[in-house]
Amino acid sequence: MPDELLKGLWRENPVFVQALGMCPTLAVTNSATNALAMGLATTTVLIASGMVISLIRSQIPKQARIATFILIIATFVTCVDYGIQALSLELHAALGAFISLIVVNCLILGRMEAFASKRPILPTLLDGLGMGGGFTVALLCLGAVRELLGAGSLFGLALLPAGFEPWVIMLLPGGGFFVLAGWVLVFNRLRQREQALAKPARGAA
Amino acid sequence: MDASLASVFLNACLVNNFVLAYFLGICPFLGVSGRVDTAVRMGGAVTFVMLVSSVCAFGIHHALILIGAPYLELIAFIVVIASAVQLVEMFVRRTSPVLFQALGVYLPLITTNCAILGLALFQTNRGYDFPHALAYALGAGAGFTLALLLISGIRERLALRPVPDLAQGLAITLVVAGILSMAFMGFAGMGSAA
Repeated sequence: MPDELLKGLWRENPVFVQALGMCPTLAVTNSATNALAMGLATTTVLIASGMVISLIRSQIPKQARIATFILIIATFVTCVDYGIQALSLELHAALGAFISLIVVNCLILGRMEAFASKRPILPTLLDGLGMGGGFTVALLCLGAVRELLGAGSLFGLALLPAGFEPWVIMLLPGGGFFVLAGWVLVFNRLRQREQALAKPARGAA
Repeated sequence: MDASLASVFLNACLVNNFVLAYFLGICPFLGVSGRVDTAVRMGGAVTFVMLVSSVCAFGIHHALILIGAPYLELIAFIVVIASAVQLVEMFVRRTSPVLFQALGVYLPLITTNCAILGLALFQTNRGYDFPHALAYALGAGAGFTLALLLISGIRERLALRPVPDLAQGLAITLVVAGILSMAFMGFAGMGSAA
């Protein structure tokens, strides 16, 4: 059971390992706040639509399942969109059309197809939490690096000394690609080392 | 909105390129950009669906305002895009089996391409009238095709070069995309500001 929760955080991390949901990952991570908000919004939609689909999974006709999933996802995205608008207009303006674009986040549709439509409600909840958590962590990783280097601050708080010259490129689109490439490299290296460690251990056993 | 049609086109195509400035349609950009010929076909198919869904989105937006239900917009857009892709698929299969063969699996996959939904949302947010919406869709499609073409050309060359094992695949493609994106920043200032 804990595996369903934990696999999304590390082994099957949606962004770094599966390369899903790249568009919002790159587009809204120019500050840590935006990244966190986007991650939480996506997690909410993922959990809510996953649970609904898991509940009615025996009623969904196989041929029409993708259309059904998208309709359910779009409903929850509309709710989240209006919810964010009610909570903070500033945040809503910063995220812009990317809240609506959660509908076509391939991570969500992928989890619905691969998990929620086949499993009972409790594992689906854990899976949604894990995958959403992994997505949020990945977004935060990018957002924190980009905000720190590009503006010298984190969550809007100035951290670096005043003499620091901000790397403006980090806030621009190009910086998003570079930082993501950097994180993918880090993840590849870590996994390589993990495999290298696992091999001799298995040989000894 | 008094910007000329040409500036709307240039803006969508170069200055605010959908892939390299707005990060829309990254999945096909990273996924099917291995070879130049598939990139061109994908770009053509996406441009066509963009045109169709831009026209539909324009109609839906005004119809929903008329009946006072703007909260249905997102759901209506995604349904219309999915049906548009389906229609295009049927149309292409009937009229040109050769083209249908060439596009293959990419055609249905366009439904989940966020560039299409993004286009529909952006054109609504900016309140473009009908000719401007068409110019915007054409520009976005051309920009998408251009970006796909550029990166697939680079990746074809890259396949022949020694790349460190660690950076193989996703990482090196992202670095190339970052450099391309910086190159496109040189267009800033052309056309109208977004």
